[in-house]
Amino acid sequence: MSEAILEVSGLTVALGRRAPRTLVDDIGFAIGRGERVALVGESGSGKSLTALALLGLLPHGVAHVRARSLRVLGRHIDPAQDAQMRALRGVAIGMVFQEPMTSLNPVLTIGRQMSEAMIARRGAGAREAQDRAIALLDRVGIDRPELRMQQYPHEFSGGMRQRVMIAMAMMLQPALLIADEPTTALDVTVQARILELLVDVTRENGSGLLLITHDMGVVAQIADRVAVMRRGRIVEEQPTADLFRAPRQAYTRALLAAVPRLDGPGADAPASAGRPVLRLAGVSKRFGSGRRATAAVDDVSLEVHAGETLALVGESGSGKSTLARIAARLTAADSGTVVLDGTDITRLSGSALRTARRPVQMIFQDPYASLDPRFSAARAIAEPLRIAGMLDRSAIGRRVEELLVRVGLGTAAGARLPHQFSGGQRQRIAIARALATGPKLVIADEPTSALDVTIQADILALLSELQREQQLALLFITHDLAVVRRIAHRVAVMRQGRIVEIGSADRVLTAPQHPYTQALLAAAPTGDPTSQRRVAL
Amino acid sequence: MTMAGTDPIAVTAAPTPGLARRLFSNPAGLIGTGIVLVLVALALFAPQIAPFAPTRMGAGKPLLAPSLVHLAGTDEFGRDMFSRIVFGARFTLMVGAIAVGISLVVGLCIGLMAAYARGWVEIVLMRLSDVLFSFTETLIALACVAVLGPSLQNAMIAVGIAGIPLYARTAYAAALVEAGKPYFEGSVVAGAGPLRLLLTHLLPNVLPTMIVIATLGLSSAILAAAGLSFLGLGAQPPTPEWGAMLSAGRDFFNRAPWLMLYPGLAIAVVVLGFNLLGDGLRHVLDPKGRDR
Repeated sequence: MSEAILEVSGLTVALGRRAPRTLVDDIGFAIGRGERVALVGESGSGKSLTALALLGLLPHGVAHVRARSLRVLGRHIDPAQDAQMRALRGVAIGMVFQEPMTSLNPVLTIGRQMSEAMIARRGAGAREAQDRAIALLDRVGIDRPELRMQQYPHEFSGGMRQRVMIAMAMMLQPALLIADEPTTALDVTVQARILELLVDVTRENGSGLLLITHDMGVVAQIADRVAVMRRGRIVEEQPTADLFRAPRQAYTRALLAAVPRLDGPGADAPASAGRPVLRLAGVSKRFGSGRRATAAVDDVSLEVHAGETLALVGESGSGKSTLARIAARLTAADSGTVVLDGTDITRLSGSALRTARRPVQMIFQDPYASLDPRFSAARAIAEPLRIAGMLDRSAIGRRVEELLVRVGLGTAAGARLPHQFSGGQRQRIAIARALATGPKLVIADEPTSALDVTIQADILALLSELQREQQLALLFITHDLAVVRRIAHRVAVMRQGRIVEIGSADRVLTAPQHPYTQALLAAAPTGDPTSQRRVAL
Repeated sequence: MTMAGTDPIAVTAAPTPGLARRLFSNPAGLIGTGIVLVLVALALFAPQIAPFAPTRMGAGKPLLAPSLVHLAGTDEFGRDMFSRIVFGARFTLMVGAIAVGISLVVGLCIGLMAAYARGWVEIVLMRLSDVLFSFTETLIALACVAVLGPSLQNAMIAVGIAGIPLYARTAYAAALVEAGKPYFEGSVVAGAGPLRLLLTHLLPNVLPTMIVIATLGLSSAILAAAGLSFLGLGAQPPTPEWGAMLSAGRDFFNRAPWLMLYPGLAIAVVVLGFNLLGDGLRHVLDPKGRDR
C-alpha cells in the first residue's frame, strides 16, 4: 500500500430521531492508491451504512455520523459539514450502486446523465464532456457508444446498465470508487465480466476500490484486503489470501464455512430411486402474440422422482420460473402435459384442479412477500391444513406446533406476525407451511437467494433433512451453481426456454457437455482466492 | 455458531403502537378526528343540544340576527338556524355514510372480482367502470336524480353510484398487487378456493387502502349531496339539510347573510375535517410512514 486515499477512524453512525441506535460502531480502515478493499458482512452488519456515511448520503436529523478522523487524499474532512462532503462526492469518491435498474434516471438519455457531473463540477464544455463519456462507454465495453449516448436506460440490459454506472462513476476520475453490491442483481456470467471491468478501470486510473458485498466468492475474486463487519464493528481485517487461509475470528470461519463451494461436498444420494412424482412432457409456453411472441418455455420434458432433488439452473430470463409455475399449474402451458403424482393436471380447472394439486406445494424467493402480512405464523401454517379439511381443529393446532418445532422456530413463534421475524425465520415458516399437508413434491423457486450465506446454509440443510425424512421430491430452482452442488442429485440447465443439459449433479458439475454449462461453471466464483487470481492479475 | 437466523426467536421489530396513538400524533389526523367527533356528537345529541325543534316556525321573529337566544339567527319563517344546523349534522353524516357505503361496497366487489377472475370478467367490469369514470361525478349524480326524482334519499343513491368507478379502480389496482404476491399464489397452490382467497387474503389486505379512500371520499360525497340539495334536487323543505338551507338563504343574502354563512361554514368545516382525517389515516396506514 502506497499513500492512503482514504483513512477513517472512529467512524460511528447512529440512526433514529428520538432514541438513535448505533449501527456502525467505532470502525476504522484505510485504502491506499490502487488498492482494492472489500467490506464483507451479512445484512444488517452496517456495511452499506458505512459507504453511505463516507459519501455523506445519509439523511440529516435521522442519521448521526461522527468520525474521530476522516482524511481523503490527505485532507481532513468533517462528516458533519455538508459542503465538504458534497465537494468529495463524484470528484474524489465515485459510487456504483447495487440496483442497475433504478440507479439511472429513466427519463434522461445516458449521454446527458454521464455529462452532467463533468459540466457541473469541472466546468467542462458539453462537447468535451460528451467526448469523455463516449470514450468511457467504449472503455467499459458498450458497442457503438455514440449511438448509445442518445438512448434511455430502458434500452439497456441490467449488465449494460451496470457498465454505464461504472463509466459514469469514472467520469471525474475519482481517487476512490465505492461499489455497493455491484453484481448482486446480475447473472453469474455477467457478474464475472463486471468484476473484471471494475478491476481494470480502477487499476488504469490508479483509483482505490471499496467493494461492499456479502459474497465471499466475489471477495476472493478481486479484493486485496478484506474487512469483515458484524453488528456494526469490524471484527477482522486481513489480506484476502491470509483471511481465506487462516481466518482469526470464529465468526469469519463460520462465514467462510457457510459459503457453498463448487468443490464442496455434494448432496447425499437419494435413499432410493423413487417413482416419478412430477412428469413434464413437451411443455411449451409463449408470451405475447404474433411476431413479438417469445417462447419462455420451449418443448421441455423432465421428471422428478420421490426422494430426489432436481435443480433447475439458469440465468434470468431462461424460463426456469415459468417452468416452475407450469409444474404447479399457476400458469397453463400452451402445449405438452403435466402429470402430477399420476394425475394429468394439464387441462383440469376449478375444484378438480384444487384436489389434484394437493400433492404439490411451493416455496418462494422473497421471504417478505411469501406470507400474508395479516396472518400469524400459526395461521399461515394452518391454512393448507384447513383447506385440505383432513384434521379437526385441535389436531391442526398440534400439527402446527409440531411443524414450528421441526423447522426450528419453537411453538411460541406461532402467535407472531410476519414482520416480527427475520428473513431466514420467515423462510422457515414458509417451509413449515409447504410441508404441513405432507406433500409429495415441493417446488422451491430461489428459496435462499434473498438470504445471508449462513442462513442460506441452515435453510439448505433443513430442506435436505426434511427431504430424507419424508421422501420428498424437490424441484429446486436457482441461479447459483454452488447451491446446486450442495443440495441437488440431478441438474437441468436451462437456457432460452430449453433444457440444454440434464444429468446427475456430479456429472454436470464436473464434466459439463454443453458449452453454456461450461461457461456458467467458468464464471461461477469458487470462493478461493488462490484459484481465482486470473481475474485480478 | 450463533447467527441471527439460528437464534430460536430473535424478534426483530418492536410492536407498533396502536393505530389511534399514531393517528393522534399526526396533527392532521388529530384535528380531523376532533372535527368528525364533534359532528358525530351533534348528530347523536341533536335534541339535547338544539334549543328549538328544527322545523318549529316562529321560534323567534323572522330574520333575526345572531344573538344569545338564537346563536345563528332565525330564517324567514322564524326557525332557529342554530337548531337547524345541529339537526342538519344528522343528514350530513347519513348522506356521507350511505353514499360512500354504496360506492365502497359495490366498488370493492367489482374491483376484487375483476382482479381475481381476470379474463373476460375483468375486461367487462373494468371497461364499464372506465366508461362511468369518463363522466364527471356531478353529471352522473344529476342524471341519476333526473331518473329517480328529487329527494334526499335519491340524492344519496345518486352520489353513491357516481362514486363507484373510483372505488372499483382503486380496489382493482390494490387487489392486483396482492394477487401477484407469492403468499397469494402459495394459497392457490395449497388449494384455496375463490371465497377463501377473496375474503381472507385479498379483502383484508386491500381494506386499509380503501378506508383511506373512503374517508377522503366522505367529504366529496357530502359536498356533492349538498350541491344536489342546493340545486333543489336533493333534500326538500323543510328538511334541515345544509345544502338546502344554503339554497333557501340565497333570496335573503343582502338582509340576512347569516342564513348562508352558517350552513356554508358548517359544510366547509366538515369537509375539511374528513379531508384531514383521511390524510392522517393515509399517513398512518402507509407502512413507509410508520417510522417517521
